[in-house]
Amino acid sequence: MHMLSIIRQFKLASVVLASFFVISNAAFAETSLLNVSYDVSREYYKDLNPAFIKYWKDKTGETITIKQSHGGSSKQARSVVDGLAADVITMNRSPDIDILYERAKLIPKDWQKRLPNASAPTASTSVFLVRKGNPKNIKDWDDLVKPNVAVVIPNPKTSGNGKYSYLAAWGYVLKSGGDEAKAKAFVTKLFKNVPVLDGGGRGATTTFAQRDIGDVLITFENEIFLIQKELGADKFEVVYPSISVLAENPVALVDKVVDKRKTRAQAQAYLDFHFSEIGQDIAAKHYLRPQVESAANQYTSTFKPLKLFKVEEVFGSWAKAEKTHFADGGVFDQIYTQ
Amino acid sequence: MAKRKNILPGFNISLGFTLLYLSLIVLIPLSAAFIKTAEISFAEFWQIVTAPRVVASYKLTFGASLIGALINAVFGLLTAWVLVRYTFPGKKFVDALVDLPFALPTAVAGIALTAIYAKNGWIGAWLEPLGVNVAFTPLGVIVALTFIGLPFVVRTVQPVLEDLEAETEEAAASLGANRLQTFTKIILPAVWPALLTGFALAFARAIGEYGSVIFIAGNMPMVSEITPLIIITKLEQYDYVGATAVAVVMLVISFVLLLAINGLQWWANRNNGADR
Repeated sequence: MHMLSIIRQFKLASVVLASFFVISNAAFAETSLLNVSYDVSREYYKDLNPAFIKYWKDKTGETITIKQSHGGSSKQARSVVDGLAADVITMNRSPDIDILYERAKLIPKDWQKRLPNASAPTASTSVFLVRKGNPKNIKDWDDLVKPNVAVVIPNPKTSGNGKYSYLAAWGYVLKSGGDEAKAKAFVTKLFKNVPVLDGGGRGATTTFAQRDIGDVLITFENEIFLIQKELGADKFEVVYPSISVLAENPVALVDKVVDKRKTRAQAQAYLDFHFSEIGQDIAAKHYLRPQVESAANQYTSTFKPLKLFKVEEVFGSWAKAEKTHFADGGVFDQIYTQ
Repeated sequence: MAKRKNILPGFNISLGFTLLYLSLIVLIPLSAAFIKTAEISFAEFWQIVTAPRVVASYKLTFGASLIGALINAVFGLLTAWVLVRYTFPGKKFVDALVDLPFALPTAVAGIALTAIYAKNGWIGAWLEPLGVNVAFTPLGVIVALTFIGLPFVVRTVQPVLEDLEAETEEAAASLGANRLQTFTKIILPAVWPALLTGFALAFARAIGEYGSVIFIAGNMPMVSEITPLIIITKLEQYDYVGATAVAVVMLVISFVLLLAINGLQWWANRNNGADR
C-alpha cells in the first residue's frame, strides 16, 4: 500500500522535474553561447561580449546572446568536464583547458594549435606592488628573500596566480645563471617570507591592500592596475622585476558541445574576435597584454617592455611543472614539510 | 508473525518516507565518497591520509573545533541563563542576536572577523602591541569556530532552563545549599544532557566549517590549514580520489566522535533519571 503511494509521489516529482527541463530548453531557443571563464575576467568580458554581439549582427544579421560563468579556474574546468554545456572556455592557464581532453575527450589533444599564438589572445605577467615610497627598497627578486621583508603571494596549490608567481621566481634564478638547487633554495627562502597564503589572487589583494599585511604583493599585472584604479594610485607603487613569467590566457571552443548545439560557427567567430583589432583593444583597456604583434606594438607605453619567459621554455611543459612543483609531495610541499 | 498494532496510523508510510529521504539526502552522497575511495589500494589511501600536511590539518581542525565548542559550552550556558532568568531592556534584541551566526553567510562572517582582528582592525590594533596575533594564526581559526557555534549551545540549553522552575533553586537554598552547591547539584544535572547536545552540535558544525575559517586562518601549510581546505586543494588539482580519501577520514572520525558524545549523553540521561 505505502509503496504505491511512494511511486505516486515519484511520478508527481518527475512531472515537476520534466516541466523544469521544458522551461530551460525554451530559454535556449535563440542562439546563445556559454563562455565558462576564470574568476577575474568579468570586467573584460562585460566589454568584449557586447562588441562581439554587435559585430556578429552586422556581419550575419543573426542576434546571439552570450552567457558568462565565472569562478575559480579549476572549479570551472571541472564543471565543464562534469557536463556543463560550455561552448567556449577561457582560462588563465592551459592545464585548465587540457583537462577537458584528459578527463572527458571534449576537445582534441592539440587544441592549442587551432588558433594563433598557441590559442592565447592575451597575457599578463607577475609583477610587484609595494607601499608608497617603497620603504623596504624592493627592486628585484633578490630583495624579496631578505630578512624582514614580508611577501604576499596567493597559494600556488589553489591559485593559478600563485603558481605563476612561484614559477617566475624559479625561472629568475635559472635565467640568472643558477641551477635547480639554487632555485629551490631561493624559492624556499621566498616562501618563508610569506605570512599568509590566500586561496586566490583577489584574496591576496585584500590581505595586502585592506588588511595592511606584507611589504610586497606579487600578482598579475592587470590585477595591479586594477588595484591602483580602485584603491588609489597614491597608496602603492608598481615595481617591475628584471625578468618574469608570461602568463598566457588561452581560449578554446568545446567541440563536443558546439557540435551538439550546432554553434560551431558562432563559437569560432567569437574566439577569432578575441584576436581581432577591436578584441585586442578591449583587452588592453583591461590591462591585459595584447598578444597579436600589431596590437602589442601599439601599447608599448601602457605595458612596460619586460624580459618575459614562457612556462614551456623553462619548465618543459605545464604538466611537468605541475608534477614537479605543485603535486602533493612536490617541491612546494617540501618547503613546508622539510 | 503477527503485525504489531500501533496506535498512531501511518507508521509504515512515514517510516518509508523517512528512510527514502535520509537515503537521498544523506546516505547516497556519503556512500559516493566511500565508493570513490575504493578506487585506490589501502596502502595508497593510508599514504594520502597520513601525509604530514594532512595530519597537521586534522590536529588543527579537531583541536580548534573542540576548543571552540568548549568555549561555547561555558559562555553559551551563561548566555542562556541570562536570557531565561533575567529581564532587562533590549532582551528580545539580544535574544535575536544569538541567532545571527546561523543566518549570516559564513564567508561574510570570515571577512568581518578578519577585518576586526587584523593588525589594523578594531580589536587587532589593541592586541598587536601585546604580542597577540589573531588573524592569520590558529587562534583566528578558534575565534571563527567559536563564532559559528554559539547559537547551537544557547538554543539547546535555553528551553531546558525555561522548564527548570526557580522554586527548585529556592528550595535548595532554603535547605541550606550554598550557591555553588545549587549550581552543581541542582542546575547542572538538569541541563547537562542539553548542554552535551549543544556542545556536540557546535563541535560537529565547527569540524565541517570552511567559509568563515578560510579568510582568517592564513592557510599556512603545517600551521593553519584546516582539513576542508586540504580537500579543496586536492580538488583544485583534479585529485578527486585524494580529496575523497581525506573526506572519508573526516567522516569516520566525526561519526565516531558524535557516537561517543551521544553515548555519553545517554549515560548522563540514565544516571540523571536514576537519581530522582
